Amino acid sequence: MKDNSTTPSPALALRPARGLTYQAGALLLSFLFLTVIILLAGESPFRVVSNLWDGAFGTPDQVARVFSTLAPLVLCSSGMIYTFTAGLYNLGVEGQIVAGAIATTLVLREFQGLLPAPAVVAAGIIAGMLGGVVWGLLAGVLNIFGKISEIFAGLGLNFVAQGLAIYLIFGPWKRPGIASMSGTEPFDESLWLGHIGQTDAAPVALVIALIVLVLTIIVMRNTHFGLRLKAVGQNPRASFILGVPATRLLLSSFIICGGFAGLAGGLQVVGLFHRLIPSISSNLGFLALLVVMLISFNALWIAPIAFFFSALNVGSLQLPMVLRMESSLSGVIQGTLVLMALLARGFSERAHKRAGGQ
Amino acid sequence: MDLNQLVVILATAIATATPLVFAGIGETITERAGVINLSADGTILMAAMTGFAAALATNNVLVGFIAAAIVGAAFASIVAFGAITLKQSQVAIGFVLALLGADLSSFLGNPIVLVPGPTVPAWNIPLLQDIPVLGRLFFQSDPLVYASYVLIIVVWIFFYRTRPGLLLRSVGEQPAAAFARGSNVVRLRYLYTLLGGALMGIAGAAFSLDFKAGWSNRSTAGYGWIALAIVIFGGWNPLRVAIGAYFFGILQSLASVAQSNIQNVPTQVFSVAPFVLMILVLVLTSGEWLDNLLARLPVGVRRPILRALRQPAPAALGKIFEQD
Amino acid sequence: MNVELQHIYKSFGAVQANVDVSLSVQAGTIHGLLGENGAGKSTLVKILSGFITRDKGAILLDGAPADVRTPANGIRAGVGMLHQDPLDFPPLTVLDNFTAGRAGGLFLRRGAAARDFRALAEPFNFALDIDEQVGNLTMGERQQLEILRLLSLGVRTLILDEPTTGISASQKTALFSALKTLAGQGKSIIFVSHKLEDVEELCDQVTVMRAGQVVGSAAIPCPTQQLVSMMFGRELAAPVKPPTCQDDVALCVENLVVGDDRIDVRVDELTVKRGEVIGLAGLEGSGQRLLLLTCAGILRPAGGRLAVRTAGGNLQDMTGRPYHDYQKAGVGYLPADRLREGLIWGLSIQEHVVLRAPANGLFVNRAASRAVADQSIQKFNIRGKADTRVGQLSGGNQQRTQLALLPSPLQLVLMEHPTRGLDIESTMWVWRQLIERCKGGTSIIFASSDLDEIVQYSDRVIVFSGGRVSAPIETAALTANKLGEMIGGKLGDRAAAAVAAN
Repeated sequence: MKDNSTTPSPALALRPARGLTYQAGALLLSFLFLTVIILLAGESPFRVVSNLWDGAFGTPDQVARVFSTLAPLVLCSSGMIYTFTAGLYNLGVEGQIVAGAIATTLVLREFQGLLPAPAVVAAGIIAGMLGGVVWGLLAGVLNIFGKISEIFAGLGLNFVAQGLAIYLIFGPWKRPGIASMSGTEPFDESLWLGHIGQTDAAPVALVIALIVLVLTIIVMRNTHFGLRLKAVGQNPRASFILGVPATRLLLSSFIICGGFAGLAGGLQVVGLFHRLIPSISSNLGFLALLVVMLISFNALWIAPIAFFFSALNVGSLQLPMVLRMESSLSGVIQGTLVLMALLARGFSERAHKRAGGQ
Repeated sequence: MDLNQLVVILATAIATATPLVFAGIGETITERAGVINLSADGTILMAAMTGFAAALATNNVLVGFIAAAIVGAAFASIVAFGAITLKQSQVAIGFVLALLGADLSSFLGNPIVLVPGPTVPAWNIPLLQDIPVLGRLFFQSDPLVYASYVLIIVVWIFFYRTRPGLLLRSVGEQPAAAFARGSNVVRLRYLYTLLGGALMGIAGAAFSLDFKAGWSNRSTAGYGWIALAIVIFGGWNPLRVAIGAYFFGILQSLASVAQSNIQNVPTQVFSVAPFVLMILVLVLTSGEWLDNLLARLPVGVRRPILRALRQPAPAALGKIFEQD
Repeated sequence: MNVELQHIYKSFGAVQANVDVSLSVQAGTIHGLLGENGAGKSTLVKILSGFITRDKGAILLDGAPADVRTPANGIRAGVGMLHQDPLDFPPLTVLDNFTAGRAGGLFLRRGAAARDFRALAEPFNFALDIDEQVGNLTMGERQQLEILRLLSLGVRTLILDEPTTGISASQKTALFSALKTLAGQGKSIIFVSHKLEDVEELCDQVTVMRAGQVVGSAAIPCPTQQLVSMMFGRELAAPVKPPTCQDDVALCVENLVVGDDRIDVRVDELTVKRGEVIGLAGLEGSGQRLLLLTCAGILRPAGGRLAVRTAGGNLQDMTGRPYHDYQKAGVGYLPADRLREGLIWGLSIQEHVVLRAPANGLFVNRAASRAVADQSIQKFNIRGKADTRVGQLSGGNQQRTQLALLPSPLQLVLMEHPTRGLDIESTMWVWRQLIERCKGGTSIIFASSDLDEIVQYSDRVIVFSGGRVSAPIETAALTANKLGEMIGGKLGDRAAAAVAAN
């Protein structure tokens, strides 16, 4: 009997040559399953695919939207690389996005008019990061010092952050006269992050996401911190005996992930919605979890997979209009791919064991 | 607040809590056997959708419930297969299924959104319904609500008074010791994961065929996650889990009263309560500070306090069992 | 019940745990099974009770062949086993533990079960509170519960694996009298132990195993001498270590008390000189590991003091300091379980080099660490490349990697089974490296289940038996018999006095 349940498992096998057949099988099964699902909904898979493509890349507006989804997704996925590497299932990333968004909104509300607009925006973004850090740290303290599973601490804190946002939107920060799910009063246009033309894409957000991604790749490949995180994630006991300060590293991974998620939340406020809304995270935190599970914590793969998932999300938005089909198809596709990849990994490991491997 | 109002609040609380009782007890059974089924939220949504669709197609509520239970067990079987047979992370598979189930239910359920359909008929119990206050609270509901009462009692008796129940608990505590006593650990874990999943499925149908009557996208308001929290809050004891569910129901129904009377705070804010309580309970039960705090008390006093406060998770929860 | 094991074979991979083992136990007798570490005793009794499936051979119970393949089979056939760590459910009550797995109707009927339990417990004077959680019981009480449970299932052959480790003297007395009663009722008892005293006191007959085979059998009473020579069966190897001891003290331990949930270890006084090698002998799990972990700063002692020589030359009190301070003071620890405690499966040799070295700056200096890794690989003759994952190395090469990773210089090295899984040549090579270190003033404390290794390379030896600790003995003064007797629990005056003081 061994306890390896607490270590997160990457969906793609570590040894690609062996896992390849199984991964191909997973892909094939996913296609089959999705085809059946689409046929069940009374549509032709080909029309669905071409509509998804049109929906994502048909107009510059839509391409821009893909990139505006990509930025927070890359931020959260990058953050999650740290916690997954450290062996943690940080399911609290949604709440960390919301906490960041709340912090950004707070700073924007307090300082608008007092400081020059660019300074307010910059302060807002930094505050977003700090908000996420606080929420990540909270999960970390509960996990490390309270000995509470990070899974439940994170999930719980998600809902607490969500509740806090709704309370603020309907209570102290409600729009004059009416309080509604549509969020707080939109900020003055001077506090909006610059967009490309009339589209949703904010280049600043993209640049920040890109910097964070590159930083993450470098940290994971080239720094002592990245290596030690890997060590703690794979074997906390041996790391401790080798002299790696585990507690500090685990806490830092919570903080970094929270910070990047908070950054994403802050950018959602200044770059996309221009106000605090209840669904400010747009479930991007959970989507990022799927991204990272699929890529087996290899930061190099974040960009393509996150781009693919963003395109799916945006592409599916017009399904209801054109095909009278629910846009949640994107989520079905993403979930199916990850589930099949996880199961394929299990089959591949089992076959390896049967064949007399370790 | 007069008596009438109180009865209305409590009746609403019971109605709100009923799906949660099914889901919470289902998850309790699964976790007691040592498996975490994190897919609860997706399972409930899928079951709510299929249950309603099946009932709509056949105009038969019972068929709807059976379909929902089958869907719940099917989702649970994926968790069981991935976790027990393939020895993959229960958390990863359950979590992906939670997201997948939610999206799949919206996608497949699109044609039946807000379509009127059959519901569980009310059934007042003769004579008992005439008891003042209690009659209105407990004996003027429908068969599903009565079934939930029976479920709580039956599962409690099963856990603590029967032989198979004792084995169920032992499998989640020390699978190696249960194996030594002749239990087939793998088979029992499959069985109780599927049974728990079926109950979660019934919780879904309780939504779409009773409590909310009908299907709309993501209509179950995160009840799956709440059920997971309530299982921890209830210390894996069916009775306490049910109390947690009713507590949540009361909170919700109070909130809706407060909302109409006092101010514009939506009920969603109160949905946070189970999670805050869950974290508090976890802090209370996981850390060592409680022991330090109570260390000065004599054993005779300390032990009952600790036993009442601390309901530890099944020791083998989430762990992979390897028979050599 | 008469038990007969005929020509049992069992191997795990390349390791042959049982080779043509035959054993017969008469009803109404207590049969001792003696042997040192890895002799194959546990494998044999696990085969008999159904926890392990045999490769070949037959099991006869009362003359009839029995097909015991699971523990449940075993119980049904009348064979029950009490494991070293009782297989029970700590959060459940005594009564529920007693009931779990017993046949019966749907309902538990606690009242009837409680009556059964009391009726069974009464003749043995086992006083157990049926409502207490098993997690709160002592090891001895958990044993009592498990024995009663097995008896209630109709077990006619009872196997006990090292039952006297971790229980009090009075519990031992109660256990022995219960076992004698049971034998008197016609049950057969198999008593697995390495403690000569216990076997001599309790058993009617004894079988000795060594290296997976039965080497002899005798009726008790029988001279200790004869048992010891059967258990160890050879002259000890001659010491090969050159003298490296210096005069200064490297480690000083006083009144140390340390324990886990099984056993407590007391070391009244231990002074290790610079350059000295101390060998810890004894059956695995007798407390050696606890002492090593405490000296390494990983385990906190419950009492006593511990001082280590600093680079400056004075003794520094390290009691209660964190592990990190021990590392800085030059204490190195080499665990036995390489892939669980020593190395990280998925990281390469080079990455381990980086982890071990102090982190200078933000970035890993690849060229430098590569050079160090290549150097170590060459010096320690590791079959692998700098970027080979340690999980892919063979056991011996993993051990070489662990040794290569030890920082230099060190004041004190603590090791468990430093050459386990290595061939003779590698073992000699490893020890040459270690002795080089000793010449430089490093002291070594190591535990090993290989007695030859202990005698060959130690200056002094400490023997552990069930948490009891002997005084250090000069290796030159050791004989095979003396060592065998001590491992068998006859530690000599000081340890006996310490036990009496408890």
